[in-house]
Amino acid sequence: MSLGNLSDLYRQLILDHAQHPHHRGELANANQTISLNNPTCGDVVNLSVEINDDQIKDIAFSGDGCSISQASASMMTDLVKGQSTAQAKKEIATFLEMLMGNPDEKDVDDLGDAAILATVVKFPARIKCATLAWKALEQAIGEAEKK
Amino acid sequence: MVKNIATARNDFPILAQKINDQPLTYLDNAATTQKPQAVIDALVHYYEFDNANIHRGVYTLAERATEQYEGVRQQVAKFIHAESDEVIFTRGTTTSLNWVALGFGAQVLQPGDEIVITVMEHHSNLVPWQQVAQKTGAKLRYVEITADGELDLAQYGELLNAKTKIVAFTHVSNVLGTINPVKKMTEMAHAVGAYVVIDGAQAAGHFPIDMVSLDCDFYAFSGHKIYGPTGIGILYGKRELLTEMQPVEFGGEMINLVTRQKTDFKAAPEKFEAGTMPIAQVIGLGAAIDYIQSIGWSAIEAQERKVTAAAYQLLKDIPGVEIYGPQIGSSRSALVTFNLNGVHPHDVATVLDTQGVAVRAGHHCAQPLMETLGVSSTTRASFGLYNNLTDVKRLAAAVRAAKEFFQV
Repeated sequence: MSLGNLSDLYRQLILDHAQHPHHRGELANANQTISLNNPTCGDVVNLSVEINDDQIKDIAFSGDGCSISQASASMMTDLVKGQSTAQAKKEIATFLEMLMGNPDEKDVDDLGDAAILATVVKFPARIKCATLAWKALEQAIGEAEKK
Repeated sequence: MVKNIATARNDFPILAQKINDQPLTYLDNAATTQKPQAVIDALVHYYEFDNANIHRGVYTLAERATEQYEGVRQQVAKFIHAESDEVIFTRGTTTSLNWVALGFGAQVLQPGDEIVITVMEHHSNLVPWQQVAQKTGAKLRYVEITADGELDLAQYGELLNAKTKIVAFTHVSNVLGTINPVKKMTEMAHAVGAYVVIDGAQAAGHFPIDMVSLDCDFYAFSGHKIYGPTGIGILYGKRELLTEMQPVEFGGEMINLVTRQKTDFKAAPEKFEAGTMPIAQVIGLGAAIDYIQSIGWSAIEAQERKVTAAAYQLLKDIPGVEIYGPQIGSSRSALVTFNLNGVHPHDVATVLDTQGVAVRAGHHCAQPLMETLGVSSTTRASFGLYNNLTDVKRLAAAVRAAKEFFQV
């Protein structure tokens, strides 16, 4: 039985993040909380973010989803914690472009572990799993900027 | 001509292909079934030789199309043991149920009346009733399930009272596979004077359904889940209730006489079929019913029973697999819903797909049921008349591969 292209999707790094996600939980001092779900499958990401002075001071996520959505959320929190909101918005745009199959090779390098999720493009049914947390962060920053 | 179920698979051209270099093992029949060559041919033949708009033309071609369209109405009526003026063509089960909710429910419900549905409903037999309850001030009440995944009939009996105006339930659960005791439930509802609406989407292609015997007031099902085309569904309603029921869509063909300020509608079923209907799909549905009858219910039921029992057992033998719904031997239809502990259903379905095995992963449009089961999603393998023991063995091997891959 060939499971060849499966290891393209589930690289060890992805499985590690999925099994031992970073920044999982809820922040006591969050000033932005966003819950997003994927209505086709029921996956949920609850993001809590502390944004002060246009900077992501702290971030955590909870919820329920497949290994791709969990790993993606874990990688994203690693990347954006401590970043300015402007920088985080740029990373989100880079990530979403990458998942649409138009990676900007130079910018993708900045994504850290999350760059590995480019392989998800080969599994179109799973792209929404990978983008859920990033869309939640996009909304959280948008809400923070309104204030 | 009686066909042999063992070779029925060859009648479905799509099943001959490979997916991801593996033979296609199609196990998502509860979502939609594949189409036999006879149905595909009927669609092509209609467009090549008989296409015209029905009921309007005075020319030969239009008469031919009309005759075929109305012929299928009679065929459906026979198929479900009803009269042809009790058979309405719709877009699918969802449309059928929306029309009952909006065109009938909204007419008869008063503030304080009660609608009883079950926690195992597909969203299509749940959301329309929520909407109608909000519109009319009626109260929506739920029948719960037992630990075995069957409806709690004792609690159902307690829910029914003089205020119960409508009872709506699924014939077969699209997640648990439970075949509900719909005849008994109908009797109980009628005893308190309630109208009964049955969602037959997961029943119609698997065993015979009989409106006279069930005595329900409305019954809905889809063409595409019984080997017919998409875009065509059926709503059965008792004649006197269809007279009371109001159309939800208005326009051409459903009218008797239109003046500047007022319109007189035709009688049922025409008053519900506004605009140009999916004529080719109706004719395709006729071919699908012919096909089912050429195989025969007893062969279909025996094959699906065998395949479902084998799938249940092979999955149960895999450590870490949890199966939902009634046990084999109970009143159970042709699907097995399960989870592999420690692996999300999406990940399971992706591994299965690499093995050519097509299953559904997610909440199956039954979120209140998922909540009741205490899971966010599940994996479902659902069977049709062409599935065999080879398919089931491939399914089990692929689940074992997923288990090995994720090391759980």
